[in-house]
Amino acid sequence: MIIKIEKDHSRFRQIVKGTIRKNLKKYISHTEMIGRRGKDLVSIPVPQIDLPHFKYGHKKVGGVGQGDGPPGTPIGSGDQDGGSGEAGNQPGEHLLEVEVSIEELAEILGEELELPRIEPRGKKNIISEKGRYTGIRRAGPESLRHFKRTYREALKRQIVSGTYNHERPVIIPVREDKRFRSWKEQQHPESSAVIVYMMDVSGSMGDEQKELVRIESFWIETWLRSQYDGLQIRYIIHDATAREVDKQTFYHTRESGGTVISSAYDLCNRIIKQEYNPQDWNIYPFHFSDGDNWSGGDTARCMKLLKEDLFPVSNQFSYGQVKSHYGSGQFIKDLSQHLSEEAILVTSEINGKDDILRSIKDFLGKGR
Amino acid sequence: MLPPDLSEIREEIRGHAAAYGLDFFEVIFHILDFNGINEVAAYGGFPTRYPHWRFGMEYDRLSKGYKYGLQKIYEMVINNDPCYAYLLSANQLVDQKIVMAHVYGHCDFFKNNVWFSKTNRKMVNEMANHGVRIRRYMERYGLEKVEAFIDACLSIENLIDYHAPFIQRKEKRGGRALNGEEEVPARVRKFKSKDYMNDFINPREFIDAEMRKLQETMEQKKQFPETPQKDVLRFLIEHAPLENWERDLFSMIREESYYFAPQGQTKIMNEGWATFWHSTIMTQKCLKDSELIDYADHHSGTLGTRPGVINPYKVGLELFRDIEERWNKGRFGKEYEECDNSAEKKKWDRKLGLGREKIFEVRKIYNDITFIDTFLTEEFCEKHKLFTYRFNPQTGVYEIADRDYRKVKAKLLFGLTNFGQPLIYVVEGNYRNRGELLLKHHHEGIGLKQDYARDTLKNLQIIWRRPVYLETVVGEDEVRIGYDGKEIIEEKIGEPEEEKEKAETPS
Repeated sequence: MIIKIEKDHSRFRQIVKGTIRKNLKKYISHTEMIGRRGKDLVSIPVPQIDLPHFKYGHKKVGGVGQGDGPPGTPIGSGDQDGGSGEAGNQPGEHLLEVEVSIEELAEILGEELELPRIEPRGKKNIISEKGRYTGIRRAGPESLRHFKRTYREALKRQIVSGTYNHERPVIIPVREDKRFRSWKEQQHPESSAVIVYMMDVSGSMGDEQKELVRIESFWIETWLRSQYDGLQIRYIIHDATAREVDKQTFYHTRESGGTVISSAYDLCNRIIKQEYNPQDWNIYPFHFSDGDNWSGGDTARCMKLLKEDLFPVSNQFSYGQVKSHYGSGQFIKDLSQHLSEEAILVTSEINGKDDILRSIKDFLGKGR
Repeated sequence: MLPPDLSEIREEIRGHAAAYGLDFFEVIFHILDFNGINEVAAYGGFPTRYPHWRFGMEYDRLSKGYKYGLQKIYEMVINNDPCYAYLLSANQLVDQKIVMAHVYGHCDFFKNNVWFSKTNRKMVNEMANHGVRIRRYMERYGLEKVEAFIDACLSIENLIDYHAPFIQRKEKRGGRALNGEEEVPARVRKFKSKDYMNDFINPREFIDAEMRKLQETMEQKKQFPETPQKDVLRFLIEHAPLENWERDLFSMIREESYYFAPQGQTKIMNEGWATFWHSTIMTQKCLKDSELIDYADHHSGTLGTRPGVINPYKVGLELFRDIEERWNKGRFGKEYEECDNSAEKKKWDRKLGLGREKIFEVRKIYNDITFIDTFLTEEFCEKHKLFTYRFNPQTGVYEIADRDYRKVKAKLLFGLTNFGQPLIYVVEGNYRNRGELLLKHHHEGIGLKQDYARDTLKNLQIIWRRPVYLETVVGEDEVRIGYDGKEIIEEKIGEPEEEKEKAETPS
């Protein structure tokens, strides 16, 4: 069989990326497949291009389903296409529920955004081996016994040998039934990194803006975690003054009052100086704000702090500006005006949820 | 083709299938790994198909689903003589057995169900042929250009008439108005009669009515098309000013559309039938004790239901089982239906044993619509807990609306009619006497997705070249949306009452 799907596949990917057939871009929808990580559901983006057809408008059409419950029972999002599709020719598909690990999530992210792998700096660039459970085998220590597989083998054996009694369904595994998890050694660079998240929590940053920051920082964290063995995260919030807080407070505090950005940079600088030697650590400060600063004088002070203290120690300094109704959005302009020749600075504007992916790519696409 | 162990199993299952009375084309099995099966599946089962990004898209989805362990394809089968079926190499032996039995079920259905009777049984060759031609056009006219035209065609590929393959078409009348001669006005034929009987044998009212009919037909003949055409694709292929390569390409896409149509028309039946037979063959003949657990696991995966979705495998299988039981026990007909003693009905058994015969007949002459309409009973709905659901705008989620079996049936049938797609007809090919195209949406209470409708019009215009219009209903208003190659024009229609009525019932 001639393998030619690659051609069609890469053409599709190019369309999705917007490099060819640009007029199709508006038909791209990002559907998702749902996976599970622990108790949480995660979604895997699956871009689809839906060519326009004459079709029914809203999805409030409803349909037919199967299951328990009196009228009024919510059933979720339903099936929009109810009843269409092709039989026979269409592959028989089963939905399986599978756990997606954080590492896999990071891999999906990296693949989707085509993120380069980070080259850690510093001399501590040692490769270490790390085990990961990837399969099943017949021998192993008791502590790694796979209960479900073992049970299943035992059940099979008992049914075949006729010792299964459905009145008294007791399953007793013997040694041959036992199945154990097996692992593979994987190489991991042993290097450490720290993220310092800084966020403006002054009155003009609303919940919507924080939601953007929260989503974006989750993915940044996920990616960096996949690249570094030990990742520490520090959180700083600031309005007119800055303080270090825990994660919960970071995302949920809302202060009022003015904004003095240099206070945050100052604190960040002190934390790094005291605890993170740039020889041993890969340092990633991220600052999110709506772009308002108290005064031009303070902005000048920020530039100085960045240039003299933070840039020299950081792998990359990232500034994300979210859009708010009140913010002037001035700060990003100041940054690019004064520091545009600094390669270590990456700025990105996040105007809404649709921008998040692009913005993550702005920040992480440099491979630093 | 198959390794010896599988080949042996195939022989065994083929034997069982034939012994049960299944009548199929020969099946050629191929074994593929994941990548291979995803690739074939992406091409809709035809590896030689023409290049197009949407196959790449499908491949992307399938391989992601597999890679992250969310779904996997067990089998594929192609309606062709011989049938081609693909097995996944990583499957356990018991899975392969199930799949083979399932495939023979599909194959029997392809061969015998009447809705498939007009499909091309040499489609594998035909698709390869299409592939060659389209590749040649791509070389000659450029990939981008050909692909863009394919996209425009695909945008309207659903505008076909699913009954068209069964309609005997009259030969085209040649030379209409070509020689400039007027057609001879037809006259009502009178029966021969004696003068004094004439008023009785050829009554005045009758003659007048016939006369009016004739006049109407004459009027209609001036229309183009004479009656609204549901096979929009055919109309366009015949009348749009296309380049030869475009016409050829368009015809291929139409042909493929018609080839796949019966599979959409019989999704529930086809999957139900195949599942019925894999279940029967496995549980009665093939299953070894040691395979029971894996079989049960696989089978329950196939039949799993989720609240908001109808699983065609499940509903189809249960309906076939229900029909078999009812005809075995004589639970049909006047006597049974008029019996209102539920206790008696419950133990009703006339020991007719007609079930098997009945389901073979059903698989031959029904499609999903007639299948559901005829065999979905109140008892069935109750037993299988079917319900209708609706969107609750207050809570923003779908919720169970009703369990009344008539409503369930009506809703199911609505979803199946025309594949749950809006009905669109060509009503004028020479609209405003300017060679413009007018389509009409036969409105049934639900409006079209507006942005998509407009963009579809733009694609239609690419094909028709001249301005195109669609009459539909937006909210409460009848509107005409048009596209002339530059901009979208939308206007309300203010028609007199009579006209409106007539226009709403295309025949």
